[in-house]
Amino acid sequence: MHNTISTKLMNRRNILRGMFGGAAVTVGLPFLDCFLNGNGTALAATGKSLPACFGTWYQGLGFNNGRWVPSKTGRDYENNIELKMFDKFKPRMNIISGTKYFMDGRPLETHTTGWQIASTGMIPLGANSGPSLDSQIADVIGARTRFRSIEVSLDGSRVSFSNRSGSARNPSEPSPAALYARIFGPEFKDPNAANFHPDAMVMARQSVLTAVADERKSMMAQLGAGDRARLDEYFTAVRQIEHQLDLEMQKPQPLPACTIPGKVPEIAVGRTVGEAEHANKLFGQLIAHALACGQTRVFNILTGANGLRKPGSTQTWHSWTHEEPIDEKLGYQPEVTWFINWTNNQFVAFLDALDSIKEGDKTVLDRTVVLWQTDHGYARTHTMDMLPILTVGGAGGRIKSGQHIALLGDPATRIGLTVQQAFEVPLTSWGALSNTTSKTVTELLA
Amino acid sequence: MRVLPRIVTVLATGASVVALFAACSADAPTGVAAAAEAPKADLVARDIVTRRLTPEQYENIIADVFGPAITLGGRFEPELRMGGLLAVGSGTVSVTAAGMEQYDVMARKIATQVVDTRHRKILIPCQPKQDKAPDDACVAKFMERVGRLIYRRPLTGMETKAYVKAAHVATEKTQDFYSGLSLSLGALLASPKFIFRQEMVEPDPDHPGQFRLDAYAKASRLSFFLWNAGPDLQLLDAAEKGTLNTDQGLAHEVDRMLASRRLETGVRAFFTDNFGFDEFALLTKDAALFPKFSAQVAADAQEQTLKTIVDLLLTNRGDYRDIFTTKKTFMTQELGAIYRVPVINDGPNGAPDTWKPFEFSADDPRGGILTQVAFTSLHSPPGRGSPTLRGKALREVILCQKVPAPPAAVNFNIVQDTNNQVYKTARQRLNAHATESMCTGCHKIIDPMGLALENFDGAGAYRTTENGASLDTSGALDGKPFNGAAELGRVIHDHPATASCLVNRLSSYAVGQSLANSDPWLTESQKFFAANGYRLPDLMRAIATSDGFYRVKPPATQTAAAP
Repeated sequence: MHNTISTKLMNRRNILRGMFGGAAVTVGLPFLDCFLNGNGTALAATGKSLPACFGTWYQGLGFNNGRWVPSKTGRDYENNIELKMFDKFKPRMNIISGTKYFMDGRPLETHTTGWQIASTGMIPLGANSGPSLDSQIADVIGARTRFRSIEVSLDGSRVSFSNRSGSARNPSEPSPAALYARIFGPEFKDPNAANFHPDAMVMARQSVLTAVADERKSMMAQLGAGDRARLDEYFTAVRQIEHQLDLEMQKPQPLPACTIPGKVPEIAVGRTVGEAEHANKLFGQLIAHALACGQTRVFNILTGANGLRKPGSTQTWHSWTHEEPIDEKLGYQPEVTWFINWTNNQFVAFLDALDSIKEGDKTVLDRTVVLWQTDHGYARTHTMDMLPILTVGGAGGRIKSGQHIALLGDPATRIGLTVQQAFEVPLTSWGALSNTTSKTVTELLA
Repeated sequence: MRVLPRIVTVLATGASVVALFAACSADAPTGVAAAAEAPKADLVARDIVTRRLTPEQYENIIADVFGPAITLGGRFEPELRMGGLLAVGSGTVSVTAAGMEQYDVMARKIATQVVDTRHRKILIPCQPKQDKAPDDACVAKFMERVGRLIYRRPLTGMETKAYVKAAHVATEKTQDFYSGLSLSLGALLASPKFIFRQEMVEPDPDHPGQFRLDAYAKASRLSFFLWNAGPDLQLLDAAEKGTLNTDQGLAHEVDRMLASRRLETGVRAFFTDNFGFDEFALLTKDAALFPKFSAQVAADAQEQTLKTIVDLLLTNRGDYRDIFTTKKTFMTQELGAIYRVPVINDGPNGAPDTWKPFEFSADDPRGGILTQVAFTSLHSPPGRGSPTLRGKALREVILCQKVPAPPAAVNFNIVQDTNNQVYKTARQRLNAHATESMCTGCHKIIDPMGLALENFDGAGAYRTTENGASLDTSGALDGKPFNGAAELGRVIHDHPATASCLVNRLSSYAVGQSLANSDPWLTESQKFFAANGYRLPDLMRAIATSDGFYRVKPPATQTAAAP
């Protein structure tokens, strides 16, 4: 790791002129505020904080009634039995209880409708749906990074709940090794590397994209409105490629906390808890490093709870929720509860990974907020109310934490709206029909 | 020996493909009743749907144009199933940032291989004057040839110019002609005009005031429908000359395509989509409970069903409905272990699985694709069978009937608890469950058919008992009684929705949008199918030659391209 750079290296135009032997090189002037202050929390040149990051953790099948809602609200609360494993994050965490997903008379697509409302604030009609909240946030904070967002799943599937529209759904990466190659492969530029050599091939690729830009755009004029919107998604995606090429032509700003993780091996991915646990461990490390290295500021994690199972069992977590009797002595379904504990511990392991990367006296988790949402409050009977929602991390001071907030009967979209506003997404209300809200949760906003 | 693909040969030599295709048709597995009349439906003008190429279509085009040895080296975005078909979903999906990265990687990787020293002499029709300098004329020659196949129409002057310029500037930057050409070709392969199937329309001179697909769009519709690939040179020539716009010219091309071996690719693509075989990618079976169900079994199971269908419907020109009753199929050793039938692999040690024709005896309870491992295992959870999932799939996939989602707030405690000592079989557990009034309605229409398949466990192996209790596989479908899977197959065979569902799905697949059963074009095709012995190639011919297949509304902003 290299974090002592002479100030004369600050002018990257000079660097590039040097690299190309003084030939005129046309590149955008780079981001100049590239030094951390003494404790590593801010960029010295401008005094700006390290950028805030946003993540989602989608964990299906809710929690057990009576085992997760704390008995007190406000700051003076104790974690209930099912959330005890989060004690160490309590000052940096919020528990929001009591919210609902509203159906507005539409049929309940179990284990689907809840996710749709959680991620987009609405139940879509056909393929038409609004953008998911993470992509709205990525439009604000992700435009300068190499990847607008990173999506992963723990169960081997390529499903994610992140989409720019109904027609552009961001696929999850199920393989940690593939994610490693995507982020830290040959196109990764180490921000702390002593030397920087722009690649002539990258310049050529930029020229080619410029040369064919009008030819590609000419297709737009020949399409109807619906198809034009879809092609617009294509051009948005192309802009990310162009942006990645721009970044490859610039010396990245040094980030002292950035280290390159060891190469990730190919592992078996799938729906057994062992496979998901292994994937989670590797993804946690990769995403933490990607955030520390400024590669992305937005991520989405899908645990894929519905198909998860123990090896050798005829039942999945999902089938247990419906078919396991409630143990009379315990008062809950023991197998289901085993899965809830297991997945909560996976979330803790993921948070630990973000928290393990120190940036001065703070950590990557401190400048991130992870929003935890689920599809049903109580999976056994597919309830759409009393939803648990968690946030962990302070988003670099944008989110207040350490509270249990009870919002009985309110739309769950209030939290989505609040988080989007915390990241300055220009929204005054969010959601559709009864899930629409313009009320932020003021207790959360710093 | 290196075998060049059909079109590669043309790229390399400029020779006509007629002889090669004639060779295919000489021993073709199919022969279509050319006399069969296309349906005469009232014309329904449909919206234009711009579809994203499916992964298989992309692969097929690349293999056709550059040869099967070219590897893709990337991964496609997930597809979207709508109205029961990925083909319909392909008309609504776009490209995400992560997906574009992959298209970009694949395009560059393909282009790098095309210009490498092994391939350039075959695939590039000219040599640059200097290896380190631009050669616009050579690039233009190459791009015009390749572009016609990639865009499925001739490039416009503006398009050719853009790619020539791209190669020119890239060559200047890299000081290498082939690197410049490769980057320009990479850009062509990542173009939306390749990735999306844009369809151009034009006024229909035979029907003033109405619109039709232009000849190139017509050629694409035909080739993707019949071959699941882009148009070959002969079809593009027919579009260019205008013969595709005549009834005779269209019939000639359709018959040529139906006689080609490539029809099998198209038929396989349709059934793979219709039966949801993409779900096999995520299918797992618990290794402790089903030790014989390997990844190879899963692959062989899909292939078995497709082979059964191709053999019956194309090779033997059989009745579509017989796929639910036929005793004839094909086996590998791996599958033989599941079916418990002997299959002798007589290939050399270490050779891939060989397929052997196999026929169940007339009194064997097995027969028809519903009793095959592909159907029974795909519609089962990892650790057991599921009458409900199988019954639902049968209703939705085979009969095109929509089964509603389960209601909220249901107590499922006893359903399918496979260790339940009181309710040993799925039937007993479901009967107990069906006492819930809110569940009864749907389960009545789903379960009986699924229960008839209870003789097959979660991995598709035959059984007669569950937890020591005998299985009762009797039931009725829409008033027609059956006992066991073989009789269920017969009832499905005779059910009126079976054939009409196939017509609906195949037509929706062809036009890329869900069609209402009331659509007169469908009604005509259904009548035609029944009147002509339910023969699939004849139905495909009828669809491909009918006006209804090409009748479209003009999109508001579309203007004709001027090549």
